[in-house]
Amino acid sequence: MAKNNKKADTHHEVSAMKKIIKHKLFIPIVFLMFLLLINIFIKPGFLRISLGKDSSGNPVLIGNIINILNNATELVILAIGMTLVTSSSKGQDISVGSTIAIVGGVIMRVICGNETQPTRLMAPIIVALILGCLAGMACGAFNGILVAKFNIQPMVATLILFTAGRSIGSMAMGGLKPKAVASFGYYGNFIPGFPIPTPIIITIVVVAITFLVLKKTNLGLYTRAVGINDKSSRLNGLSPARIKFLTYVIMGFCVGIAGFVQSSRVQTVNPYTIVPGIEMDAILAVALGGNSLGGGTLNMAGSIIGAYTIQTLTSMLTTLNVNTNAVPVFKAVIIIILVAIQTPTVKKFFSSKVPLSKLATNNGKERG
Amino acid sequence: MLKRKQAPSDTAFLLTITISMFVVIYILSIMFLGDKGFNKIQMLFNLFNENAALIVIACGLTVVMITGSIDISVGGVTALICTSCIVCLNKYDFNFFTALILALAIGLAFGAVQGFLIAYLEMQPFIVTLAGMFLGRGLVALIEVNQIQVDNKGFELLSGARIEIPFLGDINKKGVFIQSKLEYGVVVALIIVFVMLWLLKKTNLGRSFYAVGGNSQSALTLGINVKKTRFNAHLLCGLLAGIGGFLYLFHTRSGSVQQATGLEMDAISASIIGGTLLTGGVGNILGTLFGVLINGLVLLVVTAIGNQDPWWPQITRAGMLCFFIVLQSIICSRKKK
Repeated sequence: MAKNNKKADTHHEVSAMKKIIKHKLFIPIVFLMFLLLINIFIKPGFLRISLGKDSSGNPVLIGNIINILNNATELVILAIGMTLVTSSSKGQDISVGSTIAIVGGVIMRVICGNETQPTRLMAPIIVALILGCLAGMACGAFNGILVAKFNIQPMVATLILFTAGRSIGSMAMGGLKPKAVASFGYYGNFIPGFPIPTPIIITIVVVAITFLVLKKTNLGLYTRAVGINDKSSRLNGLSPARIKFLTYVIMGFCVGIAGFVQSSRVQTVNPYTIVPGIEMDAILAVALGGNSLGGGTLNMAGSIIGAYTIQTLTSMLTTLNVNTNAVPVFKAVIIIILVAIQTPTVKKFFSSKVPLSKLATNNGKERG
Repeated sequence: MLKRKQAPSDTAFLLTITISMFVVIYILSIMFLGDKGFNKIQMLFNLFNENAALIVIACGLTVVMITGSIDISVGGVTALICTSCIVCLNKYDFNFFTALILALAIGLAFGAVQGFLIAYLEMQPFIVTLAGMFLGRGLVALIEVNQIQVDNKGFELLSGARIEIPFLGDINKKGVFIQSKLEYGVVVALIIVFVMLWLLKKTNLGRSFYAVGGNSQSALTLGINVKKTRFNAHLLCGLLAGIGGFLYLFHTRSGSVQQATGLEMDAISASIIGGTLLTGGVGNILGTLFGVLINGLVLLVVTAIGNQDPWWPQITRAGMLCFFIVLQSIICSRKKK
């Protein structure tokens, strides 16, 4: 009897520890903490946030953490959309970088009209934002129709806009390179008199809305259901095509917001060089967050943490004076390590070496 | 199993469309854009000269896609091969053959490591080769940040060499006969296309690629070593990326970080136009060859039409890609019913 009790106790402890380790956010959070720790070691004042003044004398918050939060905005917003798309359609949207170029082109055309150095806004900014989002959603709808209606692999379907997007952006701007008035820059930098960078506020709003939607509606459940099994979700009364289409339109909306923030940062857009390779970073964020790129998982918090991880890594390497072009090497090594830990084969290999977990699984079997 | 049975006819149909499309566009461009140089044989040769490296790389991608995997690292590998070969040629007295061996070694190393991670550790191909792309491009920046040129007499002599086929040529404005010139890289590319055709159709290895891509479970029951086949596909793609990268260097004689950006997507879109499905199990090399050529031809035609706006070539290419993708999807869904 006593022996049995003891066994149950150890099992209980093990399962508590295992619960933490097995939690889907464990690896992403531990890795982000690890990166932040390295940063603190490299740069002692890493966590310091101070109140400074910008060139026109307005109060602004300055600090590494603020910079990371600020610069990660586009990536976080895109990662949210990418998680939904990946979850529902078992594939990724590789056109987001090019679509941002389209959105940026549309916004610039709306705000600057046909002038290269406009002295005033040609249209209210809210109109530009709405039109930008509509352009993004139109691109998303195009991808969505190809994926949902024609059953084309997401990567192939989005390859079309990946190829054409930057050129379409250039066409939308009429080949000009206008620079918008400074007041357009509030949304990518600071609103005068308000010390927190606007992109951070935008991120918070978007993230809050996302979690609210996931909590209040069945979007998350339906998306996962469609991603796990198309046919059985149809038998259960869902319309897989409509849900896939919807996720692509949401992705387009996210691209619209991200494109708005990005074009507001420097108030000018070069469609051929804007956010190079951000689609890959967004997909990476989804994978780092513990989502399966094969669909059927929806770990939104993980993806967002993944996006911040990537930004932290990038800014850390910049602090270390690594050439911008060489940054990918470190990214590559970290991707491989992180993804390798999370693969079933490696997990099985490690768990077979650890006697405690073996005990736990044995107990589980006895009970079953 | 139904899919496997239908696969060849699908492929044949798509292949016919691709080839006839190429022929039609070429004839139309000769008819309407003859004065822009399309009536010259050299134009056709240039099409091959420009695209030799892409043909080889796209062959590798077709193989990987047939097994149901993907490789987006080839552009990065190409850039890495170009820069490291140039550094070795300029500084360490490498000659043509040692540079070739270096290129093949780089390609094989990438293929082997990625193949191992994908086949044996069962990691997602997209993420693994994305890391490969990052690694390739990043290493270029670590080796040499600036753009560099080949400065090696022997290599330049070889890469400047051209094949002149007798009696093939054009008469220029002054009435002088000019021989058409073909680069040696094109010959290598065409040989590789034929070798790959034979490999995919006639050998056990090639057939097992189709089997694994079509249905890995039934391939396993048939006694095919699925993991090894996947590994071999990536190794082969790495080898072809090595050869393709060397051909790229042979043609451009320069290297930079931004070199061959988007090459992987060009190769993938060429394979798709040629009738390869990303889901695996369907595809052929001949289609890929014409996919590359049709892409190159469209770029030439759009440029020759003389539109000053720089955005039309890419938009036209995307439109064509869209046409082929939708066509494929319609054919596949019609067959299923």
